[in-house]
Amino acid sequence: MPNQQAKTEMKERETPIAYELAKKQKEISVAEFFTKNRHLLGFDNKRKALLMAVKEAVDNSLDACEEARVLPEISVEIIEMSEFKYKVIIEDNGPGIVKKQIPNIFAKLLYGSKFHTLKQARGQQGIGISAAVLYAQLTTGRPAKITSRVSKKEPAFHYELNIDTQNNKPVIAKEEIVEWAKEHGTKVELDLEAEYIKGSQSVDEYLKQTAVINPHVTIIYTNPKSEQVVYARATDKLPDEPKEIKPHPYGIELGMLMDKLRWTESRTLQSFLTAEFSRVGPGTAKEICQHAAILPNTKPSQVSRDMAEKLLQGIQKTKIIAPPTDCLSPIGEELLEKGLRKEIKAEFYCATSRTPSVYRGNPFVIEVALAFGGEIPKEEKANILRFANRVPLLYQEGACAMTKSTMETNWKPYGLQQTGDSIPFGPVVIVVHMASVWVPFTSESKEAIAHYPEIIKDIKLALQECGRLLGTYVRKKYRITEQLERANMFERYIPEVADALSVLTGDKKDTILQNLQKMLVKPEIKKEIIEEEDADDKLYRMEFKKESPKSEISGNLEN
Amino acid sequence: MKKQEKKPVKELEDLGRKLVVDIEKGRNPTIEFSLRSLSNVVFDTKTKTLGLGEKQQQRAFFNVGHAKKFLQTLEVAKVSKNLLDVGKHASLRDVFYMAKRTLPSSNVNIVDDQVESDKAIEDLELITDCSREQLNVNANKMGSVAGNVLIEDAGDTINWAKLGSGGWSIPSNVEDVEFKSVKAKYVIYMEKQAVWERLHEDKFWEKQNCLIVTSQGQTTRGIRRLLQRLNDEHNLPIYVLADFDPWGFYIYSVLKFGSINLAHMSGTMTLQNARFLGITADDAINYDLKKHFIKFKDVDLTRLKQIADYEWFQKNKAWQRQFKMMKDFGAKLEIQALSSKGITFISEKYLPEKIKKQDFLD
Repeated sequence: MPNQQAKTEMKERETPIAYELAKKQKEISVAEFFTKNRHLLGFDNKRKALLMAVKEAVDNSLDACEEARVLPEISVEIIEMSEFKYKVIIEDNGPGIVKKQIPNIFAKLLYGSKFHTLKQARGQQGIGISAAVLYAQLTTGRPAKITSRVSKKEPAFHYELNIDTQNNKPVIAKEEIVEWAKEHGTKVELDLEAEYIKGSQSVDEYLKQTAVINPHVTIIYTNPKSEQVVYARATDKLPDEPKEIKPHPYGIELGMLMDKLRWTESRTLQSFLTAEFSRVGPGTAKEICQHAAILPNTKPSQVSRDMAEKLLQGIQKTKIIAPPTDCLSPIGEELLEKGLRKEIKAEFYCATSRTPSVYRGNPFVIEVALAFGGEIPKEEKANILRFANRVPLLYQEGACAMTKSTMETNWKPYGLQQTGDSIPFGPVVIVVHMASVWVPFTSESKEAIAHYPEIIKDIKLALQECGRLLGTYVRKKYRITEQLERANMFERYIPEVADALSVLTGDKKDTILQNLQKMLVKPEIKKEIIEEEDADDKLYRMEFKKESPKSEISGNLEN
Repeated sequence: MKKQEKKPVKELEDLGRKLVVDIEKGRNPTIEFSLRSLSNVVFDTKTKTLGLGEKQQQRAFFNVGHAKKFLQTLEVAKVSKNLLDVGKHASLRDVFYMAKRTLPSSNVNIVDDQVESDKAIEDLELITDCSREQLNVNANKMGSVAGNVLIEDAGDTINWAKLGSGGWSIPSNVEDVEFKSVKAKYVIYMEKQAVWERLHEDKFWEKQNCLIVTSQGQTTRGIRRLLQRLNDEHNLPIYVLADFDPWGFYIYSVLKFGSINLAHMSGTMTLQNARFLGITADDAINYDLKKHFIKFKDVDLTRLKQIADYEWFQKNKAWQRQFKMMKDFGAKLEIQALSSKGITFISEKYLPEKIKKQDFLD
């Protein structure tokens, strides 16, 4: 009944209500959207906001320096102005930004060079630094101050910028030429509401980890307490410049494919396929068309939704070689170990860099390093340092594929304690780095890596590789202490045995004692002290064997 | 008697001498004795007792796995030698504390747990072929006896019939007890102190002309030896009264055939003439006790199966019948369930009837 009533009411109206509703319907600016949803970009609380502002600026500086082939030297300064109000100043020696682009880069959201390319870089979307500027503006009302210079032949420009949130456009509050000692570089100054707390998710930790994973970078950091830390570079070798690649057909989705078909300049489907994708030559393109049952000379603009779907199936049916991997720039085993060595005091280090793999058509490389012992706390959970394209990931540890892979790896044979599928215990720092042209983050704030099986598999293999090296070291160390203990044990027991024998026989205790001590150095007795180590090894191998056919056993149980 | 006292001292001295000679000659000091593990326990079908087989074990000092046990064995040997030298006795607990101390500049104790010193003493019994009592180490007193018996112990004459409600408490070493007069036709040994108190209060031993003996739980060595002597020296049959459960059966089994743990002592410890009086599965039916059944837990069933598989029970049809019935009941029964028929039912009806009918399991 109420339905009928509603219907009659609608009839009685002179103009349909939709017209009235339409008055309120209008475009939402990206900037407005993020004003209301700042948490999507990682600015959910004061402490994290400080980290995000520093991180976005530093990430941009590093990307720019590397692109310009300049060894990065970055200064980070945080000044407390009043309670919860901080000034953040980040200065680099990068290539600088041309005058015209400065307002857009810093005061327009989703403006950048990296989104449209497939290339290994820290930034991806072109949101980061402008989001920081927006956050600063929202919380303190102060404009962002930018100084940049591109060469000594040109002057340094200084800007004060606000964002017009309604229209997502930069508003220039001040524009002037200033004196600047630097020949080239960029300086960003932001005033924002923030909170400075040390700990595992702090700016301090972020910069330290950045220094670990970027051994070619020097960072000079001054914290709000005016304490200065210098993270000096460990190598003068810049990472190889990653090359830009076209997408691989296996990674493409229907919507993206249709977009590409609409905007391409190619005249035929065959030339479209060879021009827009990597690893597709005329032969492969023809094969794809054949599998899709579409003529290779079809005009791309005439490909309908149904045909596009067929094309996608055609791609899946066609064998296409994996994407090129020269687009990746991994750190390498040697430098990764160096970076870890310089920031973490341990007694054993090892690193491994795997050969590239592919998920959804995107090439990636997994690198893992371990540090063990030394000053690392003994009775705590292992510290996992996660990195994506050389950027530390400090939040959402639990949601990350790197954490999952670590938990699913069996660490017991490698000398660490572990209960079930959990993070191992022991004096160890685990570094996991993923380099890829497109890192699959679970959210825009780029904190955790999505659980692609290909990625998890590769991380596990890398962890196991390093784990084996660790295991060998731990066992050797354990063995040496064991031997010492054994020798000690006999030495301690000897007086007691001598005393007992003296009571039983009435012989002098000292004589028995000396005779026993003489025996300690005899080769066959010495052998007894050392021999047991083989047994340890055997035991280890048995345990290792026992653990490995785990899946087999559970499979049988299910039957 | 005198000769016997000398033996342990000499054995301990021999042990020490052998090891000192080893050390003087630069050999790894090593003790050799019978292997005391299940794999070396054999059931002798002729004597119907458990004994140790041929296997030997070696305990060397300079051996990572043996060193500590070697030290513990020598430590209790030292304690025993000191006791023998001054003619004093110590309990197992005393020995533990005499051996327990931390080695200098370490956190290693010679023994951490009494189990370790107890084991070391059992090993020493094997090595020296002397019983714990001969080595002047006694267990705690844990049993009582009452009846018309006159004994002499440590110079005192004691009448088991005139010791009030507690009876005579049985020492752990009964070797030196001398029987002056024994007036009884049989002995009832029961696992439960409470049942013994009931029978004692009812003056059961006087009315039936018998002896009543109890321990708490598992039968101690002193009691086993006492029962054995009463059986050997005075031809008294021994009847066992235990709960109708696998543990009750096991008490009987240990008494009659010996235990795995003390297989090396079987000669002086087993009571081949012991009979099982009750509670049997048939009692449960005949005396209408089924309503007092306690349901089996998993452990009970496991234990029952183990006992049924013992070599000495395997071919015993009467016992296998009991095991089967218990398994079918899936339940056990306590002796005290008899009290449901009246407080003196056990002493006035159940026991006299069973004994009159000679309704025993062998």
